[in-house]
Amino acid sequence: MMEKYHIESYCRIKDQRISLNGATVFESAETNFLPFIKEAYKTLDTQYPKFFKMDALSKLALIASDLLLKNMTEKNIALVLSNRAASLDTDRRHQQSIEEADHYYPSPAVFVYTLPNICLGEISIKHRLFSENGFFVFEQFRADPLVDYADGLLKMQRAEKVLCGWMDLDNEKYDAFLYVVAKNGIFTHSKKKINQLYQTS
Amino acid sequence: MNKVYLSYNNIVSGYGFDTAAAVEGIKKEDACLRQIHDKHLLPNHYCASKVASETLEEAYAQLRPKEAHTHLEKMLLVSLEKTIRASQLELTDRVGLIISTTKGNIDVLEPENPFPKSRAYLGQLGEKIRHFFGFQNEALVLSNACVSGVLAIAIAKRFILQGTYDEVFVVGGDLVTKFILSGFNAFQALSDEPCRPYDKNRSGINIGEVGTSVLVTKKTTHLAEESVVLLGEASCNDANHISGPSRTGEGLYRSIVAALAQSELNAGNIDCISAHGTATLFNDEMEAIAFNRSGLQNTPMNSLKGYFGHTLGASGLLETIIGMHSLHQNTLFASKGFQELGVSEPLNIIKKTTPKPIETFLKTASGFGGCNTAAIFKKVAEK
Repeated sequence: MMEKYHIESYCRIKDQRISLNGATVFESAETNFLPFIKEAYKTLDTQYPKFFKMDALSKLALIASDLLLKNMTEKNIALVLSNRAASLDTDRRHQQSIEEADHYYPSPAVFVYTLPNICLGEISIKHRLFSENGFFVFEQFRADPLVDYADGLLKMQRAEKVLCGWMDLDNEKYDAFLYVVAKNGIFTHSKKKINQLYQTS
Repeated sequence: MNKVYLSYNNIVSGYGFDTAAAVEGIKKEDACLRQIHDKHLLPNHYCASKVASETLEEAYAQLRPKEAHTHLEKMLLVSLEKTIRASQLELTDRVGLIISTTKGNIDVLEPENPFPKSRAYLGQLGEKIRHFFGFQNEALVLSNACVSGVLAIAIAKRFILQGTYDEVFVVGGDLVTKFILSGFNAFQALSDEPCRPYDKNRSGINIGEVGTSVLVTKKTTHLAEESVVLLGEASCNDANHISGPSRTGEGLYRSIVAALAQSELNAGNIDCISAHGTATLFNDEMEAIAFNRSGLQNTPMNSLKGYFGHTLGASGLLETIIGMHSLHQNTLFASKGFQELGVSEPLNIIKKTTPKPIETFLKTASGFGGCNTAAIFKKVAEK
């Protein structure tokens, strides 16, 4: 008999608004991403001084994950994120720094963020998670592989919980949708429910 | 418990366009790394392994493509076509496709590149490969730094065990680009000589490019003769630093312990190790600590970076395939570039390619973001 898993909590960061389990926890008139997320960092009392050195994708991922992990004692949590733009937002910055011979200034501090899974490393450091990380890239949000993958990790007892979702940042367009899958929770963990939460949250 | 096997495989590399060419090169202890001075790619000299455009073009033309493909796509298409053909598999809705890459078509961001910049989106790369062969399922693109290749195999296994697919083709590739070279050079990590993993006189890493592919399957009929069973795999983060490896080798150690437990083996059952060995001091030292903590310091071990360089998102897959052939040929491959131990704890680095009966190997990889993966493979018993 296949055990049923549940969605324990979920959050969304999109269109100048941050919500947790459907309720708005932060809203801003700020239309640019970096000042918006900085304001959110302060208002939501996120404690991670390295925040200010991170690239935009990691900032988005850190704020979103902190909402769900802040008060969690369980540390055996696998991380499975996906997006469309991978790290292209930062890739373009690195590319710009090497494009012209006269203005050639590649920086290790930028280059290290030219991998999408770096944001998983930041979440792992912040929350002391020695667990599994995986980063997938799709052309658009896809619930199917995330649900199959999270179910598999839990069923094979690779983790007690899985932090899953969509973490896309591309030229000022940002969209974060994260949720925690666990044995107990508020909704049944299904493709239909994940799609519904993504469409409506 | 159902078993999952790695079967037909291919390597498109500087050695040639099949796995045999790469294995032959390694057996002769020839590297396919070359010193290059190309100011367009990097102001200083560097050393890298590349897939020659002219010969790749010939192999690609034989596939009769109906649209234009990038250099990376050509490498992946040529490799995957050979693996699919050898497997004689029909691409039904039970067959999956996983693509392992860190940067994909990142070279399209260069101003002179003829392809649209949108080709840099990794989902597009997945779609180009899927469309070419007519896979019925959408491609899953995994981009998890330098562990991508091994993790992709592990993920293929899990999707098969939980019934999502019966077979999965895993294809991996990354390019030697201005983007990558300038970045590693900014870290002062690039060597202008062939790299020397674990050696006292190491001078840093080389970047290499390959396109490589393997069939992961649960079916025992029509397996390739070099097939292996994937016994166990695990992946753990260091939770320590995004670009510097853990000083205690934490994530790698935990990955090895978990992979051994899942395989129901102990360290003494591992016949050899295909390690990550990038030839940076920090990486090699971290691995030495993790292997000692795991009780694997006496197990014969190599890094294949001295042959191919670091092939990034393909490396774990490439090195697993070489490991399969190492088992099949009962041969320990020398860790090229190694002479004198240059880490603080003992390791048994293979100095000379040696025949030896071997059954199991451990593959490990570690990467930026603090990620680590370990996988254990066993030869399929002779029929």
